[in-house]
Amino acid sequence: MAIDAATVKKVARLARIRVADAELEPLAGELSSILAWIEQLNEVDTEGVQPMASTEAVSLPQRDDVVTDGGDPAVILANAPKADRNFFVVPKVVE
Amino acid sequence: MTDLTGLTLKDALDGLKARRFSAVELAQAHQAAIEAARSLNAYVLETPEEALAMAQKSDARLKSGDAGPLEGASLGIKDLFCTEGVRSTAGSKILGNFIPPYESTVTANLWRDGAVMLGKLNMDEFAMGSSNETSAFGPVVNPWRSHGSNRPLTPGGSSGGSAAAVAADLALAATATDTGGSIRQPASLTGTVGIKPTYGRCSRWGIVAFASSLDQAGPLAKTVEDAAILLRSMSGHDAKDSTSLPGAVPDFAGFVGKSVKGLRIGVPKEYRADGMPPEIEKLWAQGVEWLKDAGCEIVEVSLPHTKYALPAYYIIAPAEASSNLARYDGMRYGLRVDGPTLTDTYEATRAAGFGAEVRRRVLIGAYVLSAGYYDAYYLKALKVRRRIADDFDQAFEKVDALLTPTAPSAAFGLGENASDPVAMYLNDVFTVTVNLAGLPGLSLPAGLDAQGLPLGLQLIGRALDEGTLFQLGSALEKAADFRAKPAPWWRP
Repeated sequence: MAIDAATVKKVARLARIRVADAELEPLAGELSSILAWIEQLNEVDTEGVQPMASTEAVSLPQRDDVVTDGGDPAVILANAPKADRNFFVVPKVVE
Repeated sequence: MTDLTGLTLKDALDGLKARRFSAVELAQAHQAAIEAARSLNAYVLETPEEALAMAQKSDARLKSGDAGPLEGASLGIKDLFCTEGVRSTAGSKILGNFIPPYESTVTANLWRDGAVMLGKLNMDEFAMGSSNETSAFGPVVNPWRSHGSNRPLTPGGSSGGSAAAVAADLALAATATDTGGSIRQPASLTGTVGIKPTYGRCSRWGIVAFASSLDQAGPLAKTVEDAAILLRSMSGHDAKDSTSLPGAVPDFAGFVGKSVKGLRIGVPKEYRADGMPPEIEKLWAQGVEWLKDAGCEIVEVSLPHTKYALPAYYIIAPAEASSNLARYDGMRYGLRVDGPTLTDTYEATRAAGFGAEVRRRVLIGAYVLSAGYYDAYYLKALKVRRRIADDFDQAFEKVDALLTPTAPSAAFGLGENASDPVAMYLNDVFTVTVNLAGLPGLSLPAGLDAQGLPLGLQLIGRALDEGTLFQLGSALEKAADFRAKPAPWWRP
């Protein structure tokens, strides 16, 4: 299915990536050609086939619900673009 | 002492144990080689101080008799592995100056066994690429050149830095990762040996995530035996990765040199790509002959859904990537580009931080997962994935392993496939099936083409049966007797 510039804009918004208006058309063309190539999957009969999300048949293991790490804010904040005392500083989200 | 860099991992370990040279001498020889090869752009970060400190400790342990299985071995680490206190970027601007406060399990296993880190290796951004051209640090240049040409070639991707470093003797061996072919395709393009083990064999903890149901770590090395030695140290159960497989790790090197007589080898007729050079066809047929001569029984098998593996992959991998890469929001680490609102900040950060290929894949992922398209694309791809895995299950009822080409071409020129994403994706046509099914795949160099460029063959095995691949790989290695090395044109 071909996707148009408006769809690219919508998807880019969902993905939180800014795309300049001038780039929307070329990106729509690129993504459409990739999706057109992907369409060949429709040739495969998948009636009754169980989707395969993982190659492992086992169920995920569980661990004891205990604290194994933490209590070191300085380490956690060491890579923060902005930090103040023991907090990440983020843009204002509540008016 | 520069000839120390020409040693295999096995010979270097033997030499260290016999005290013929020290771990410090070995690391210094590699550092000198790395400095002289900066034009290859294989390393994005050299860590000579860490290397020296680790090598000194190795020498002390070698002296006191506490040496680990990799004691003193100089290795390169793909920049997808988080290394404590050492910048780890995944080849992306968005992680520009990220200094992990923790060590990935795979690298921790290597240091536990005594290995020495030379530095961090270049790669396609977030491991998304087949030519190393999507790296924020610029492409790696393949040490190999065509006869009589100065044209720079790609080492493949995404583990292009790892492959080039091993091919140019800038490390005894290197870590790498493989989501759709990122160990095996570069191995094929650089005349090195690489194995993607069974999904779950190596812990993914501390490896920057691309597509979590497909990502696996593995080694790039100079010989099959070296790959076996390194994979053993990298592997093992890890409670910090819920998909890590329990159970003991076999002594993979013990399979090297074992007779392959009576093993049944499948040759899948679907592994003939349109426009594949006749030389690759010929080499594949030669590989079949070598295994026949070694006593294997050859069986033609069919993997009918092979051609659908790449399109299924280009739904599944971007879908998982769009989820995994949502964490790069500019708040807790990495790049932040401020905007007037929170959403503006996210959008500006991710626009500035992600390169074109990563953006393309995140957008495809967000699209195929979005309301109204999930069933048509994502669910359909997961069903096709099951079909592909079933093909392998049926083939492995009849055979012990499969032999195929690794890649549909030899190394190509930098820039050559850059304008057409789908053409670039086709590089993984023979490797990606294995990731979807979670199986082990090994690539080894089997010959040179008419241009003097290396070509690889791939062995595919049953889940958890890497041993048979090392056994067969060493038989092929012996028959192919591949000894060619690139001429060191990069040395000043």
